[in-house]
Amino acid sequence: MTPGFFRTAWIVARKDLVVEARSRELVYTTVFFAVAVVLIFSFSFVVDAKPLTDAAAGILWVALAFSGTLALGRTFERERQSETLKALLLAPVDRSALYLGKLIGMLAIMSMVVAVVVPLVVVLFRVSLDGVFWHLLALLVTGGLGFAGVGTLFGAMLNRSQSRDVLLPVVLYPLTVPVMIAGVSGTAALLTAEPNLPRAEVWLSMLVLFDAVFLTLALWVFDAVMAE
Amino acid sequence: MPDLDFSSVRVVEVSRTYGRRRALAKVSLEAPAGRVLGLFGPNGAGKSTLLNILATLLSPSTGQVHYGEYTSADAGDALRASIGVLGHDLFLYPDLTAAENLAFFGQLYGVRDINARVAEALSLARLTDRADDRAGGFSRGLRQRLALERALLHTPRLVLLDEPFTGLDDASAHILIGRLKTLAADGAIVIMATHDFDTAETLVDDAVCVDRGRVHPIPPGAGTLRERYRRVLQEIA
Repeated sequence: MTPGFFRTAWIVARKDLVVEARSRELVYTTVFFAVAVVLIFSFSFVVDAKPLTDAAAGILWVALAFSGTLALGRTFERERQSETLKALLLAPVDRSALYLGKLIGMLAIMSMVVAVVVPLVVVLFRVSLDGVFWHLLALLVTGGLGFAGVGTLFGAMLNRSQSRDVLLPVVLYPLTVPVMIAGVSGTAALLTAEPNLPRAEVWLSMLVLFDAVFLTLALWVFDAVMAE
Repeated sequence: MPDLDFSSVRVVEVSRTYGRRRALAKVSLEAPAGRVLGLFGPNGAGKSTLLNILATLLSPSTGQVHYGEYTSADAGDALRASIGVLGHDLFLYPDLTAAENLAFFGQLYGVRDINARVAEALSLARLTDRADDRAGGFSRGLRQRLALERALLHTPRLVLLDEPFTGLDDASAHILIGRLKTLAADGAIVIMATHDFDTAETLVDDAVCVDRGRVHPIPPGAGTLRERYRRVLQEIA
């Protein structure tokens, strides 16, 4: 009896996490890259120990987007090494569950980046999370889900393309513009001297809507786009 | 036993094009259970495309493949559960151990009593003492043996092999021949693409030559398999 949808997704996600725990390649490279991005921007946007208004939100999301793209490319490169993506597609399981499994693995990596980058942004840009922590977390979770959801679909689709390293960001960034706008705007509403929680909640609801639409679409089309 | 049972695979007038290039042109052949079919032919002749179509990874541009009374469109997941594929790339995760690779694919195929089955597969691959070593550290031959057991873990009805003897030493090749003969004797349909005529000579029951996307039978008769293959190539040149 072949495993059900969620069991399949868990088997694939667990495999990705075991592989990552062994090599730690993705975590080290993405975290290092995200930290480097935040540090470089901090040199430009923090003048005389005073950060520019709203810069923290943009830099946080830029760091997440860039490091997320790096992780997406590499996670599918692993599946290319011995054509294991082909082996996954040969398995008698719902192919949408394979997508969900890869997405869970990606979210785990991005969570580790968030765990390092957010405290760094707080320190370097002198912002406070008092009273806004859960709102920020919700924005990061829904934004990360939207970004990784679209990225996982296109990462798998472009896996067989020779120009995949170039094509992935070219396709991914325009499609995730709504995530970036909502994420940056919502975060900017929180990381100010006087946080605007209702405004952040409006952007949060936009992210929830984006996630619902794109995840449904991705789960629906994954089988078809991976068929050949 | 596999989820879906069938006693033959019939390829009917299958063509496959990649853009303007035609990889297969109206190919028809039948592979019955209990026999080993060898696909021989030059590089780029269409053997791997045919194997990918049989594996349901590719759809034919025209024509159909019948797995008994089913087609891939009818049977879906149940059909894939009845197919085992050993590709030229070995479908193994280098960062997972031999046992973890087998367990991972065993779980995806819903193999029962997974731990015992993995132990048996490791034993058949003669890798029991390397069970906890990462597959990435194995030689090509060891990975080939592990990949074969990965492909056969779920006891497939249809076994598709692309260059299965690559990297195997003489002893391992003979063990593989014995393993494939046993599978065929147990009722599996074995289809194998190879350039290794000497090794295949003792294994294949039926042979076809794939050349420029067309399939030509290699009739049994006088001479070695290689000689008969060359005669067919001369006739169709």
